[in-house]
Amino acid sequence: MPTVDLATAPVRELNAALHSLQPSTNETVWRVQNPRGQHAIAVGLDAPVTVEIDGSVGYYCAGMNKQATVVVNGSAGQGLAENMMSGRVHVKGDASSAAGATACGGLLVIDGNASARCGISLRGLDIVVKGSVGHMTGFMAQAGNIVVLGDAGDALGDSIYEARLFVRGTVKSLGTDCIEKELREEHRMLLRSLLDAAGLPDVDAAGFRRYGSGRKLYNFHIDNIGAY
Amino acid sequence: MCGIVGLFLKDPKLEPRLGRLLADMLATMCERGPDSAGFAVYGNEADGRVKLTLRLPAGASPAPVLDAIAEASGQPVESAARDTHLVVSVPEVRETAVRAMLATMRDRVAIVGAGRRMEIFKEVGRPDDVAVRFGLAGMTGTHGIGHTRMATESAVTTNGAHPFTTGPDQCLVHNGSLSNHNALRRELIRSGLRFETENDSEVAAGYLTSKLREGRTLREALNASLDDLDGFFTFVVGTDTGFAVLRDPIACKPAVMAETDDWVAFGTEYRALVDLPGIDTARVWEPEPATVYVWERT
Repeated sequence: MPTVDLATAPVRELNAALHSLQPSTNETVWRVQNPRGQHAIAVGLDAPVTVEIDGSVGYYCAGMNKQATVVVNGSAGQGLAENMMSGRVHVKGDASSAAGATACGGLLVIDGNASARCGISLRGLDIVVKGSVGHMTGFMAQAGNIVVLGDAGDALGDSIYEARLFVRGTVKSLGTDCIEKELREEHRMLLRSLLDAAGLPDVDAAGFRRYGSGRKLYNFHIDNIGAY
Repeated sequence: MCGIVGLFLKDPKLEPRLGRLLADMLATMCERGPDSAGFAVYGNEADGRVKLTLRLPAGASPAPVLDAIAEASGQPVESAARDTHLVVSVPEVRETAVRAMLATMRDRVAIVGAGRRMEIFKEVGRPDDVAVRFGLAGMTGTHGIGHTRMATESAVTTNGAHPFTTGPDQCLVHNGSLSNHNALRRELIRSGLRFETENDSEVAAGYLTSKLREGRTLREALNASLDDLDGFFTFVVGTDTGFAVLRDPIACKPAVMAETDDWVAFGTEYRALVDLPGIDTARVWEPEPATVYVWERT
């Protein structure tokens, strides 16, 4: 198994090595040591490999990820898995703001809490946060799912489009044009599959509430001027 | 952008290492603020004496200034020269006389800060260089705050560097920008405060000083600032016994904190904290928006 120690190797060297992997590579499991909060670790991967990082990472870890599985045995800074396209990112600790920003696909699992603007402008990624999320989570989210086992901060789902938000705990406040919606059987089935994918088979899908767009802000309307 | 570091020691055994730890933290934040840097260190105090941190022009001999201070304070003066800065210890009862004398030398000597325990240093230049020039790594104390600056609201000058101090043993560093600082500065000037710069962050420091003068606690003063300051901010504040952190309600300026039984630390990024002793088992968290965090020495 290739091991890269970031106490001695620069992040660019690690990323260049990961970028050069072919789909048929036999080096499918990579270990990264001493990340020490450095930025842009394991960014832009596009191969079916697993990268396990021992420690906490800085900004943009696993950004633009395709196919790869990235595991962080620590916490992550801002912009975790931003613009991710596919694959899986799993953070064992907390994630800072804008986790999963603009991401299009794949699964992001955060074992701890995610702070403000988790899933901002989400476009198809599924996010499962086992702890709580900060304010403005799901801001302008267009597609994809955000599942929160804990609580949500202020202005959940502000200006949301068609992403689905599921929260098991309390919601401090809903953002503009975000409303609570009925949790129907189809949503319970969706939740079940997301919870199973996140390794949470014992969590009851019926214990969540669903939030989504009130669809009042899709197009500019003069009557809504106060809401813009 | 800007970078902030802060370290508040709970275990006195670490006090000899405060400067070393703070210098390493500051160096990691060079990229966030390469144009200037500064720091405040809360060190020893002596009964009945106050420390003035002065700034002289580069290369100027401190001897004439020290002679004049000795005359104004009526006794020989204890001093320590560090690059462009000079820390002098004068009897508290003579502080007014010394300040009056220093006012006559205003063209040559600037008062950077004052307090029973606080010493404050700031200069234009790369933060790691600035720390070496002032000998930060050799300083001791109970707590300290540092800042690396990338100026956005005012000029890159020594006076524009952080920390800002507007009261005894009080200092503030700021990441962000305030939008109502001009109006607030006018109000604070009317209430008797003086400002050295056009900088928005100095207004935040002055605001807290005005609240502390009214008898508010540090926590109360910071809570009040949430109503009165408009803009983006992460503040780290020091007083002779206290260390406090506050982020604005939007909280788009990054902040990470860590705490063990031995210390509390603040870093704009986690990178600033990775060399602290025991970081691997520390409680690490992101301070909540619009929430005041205060630690006080007992």
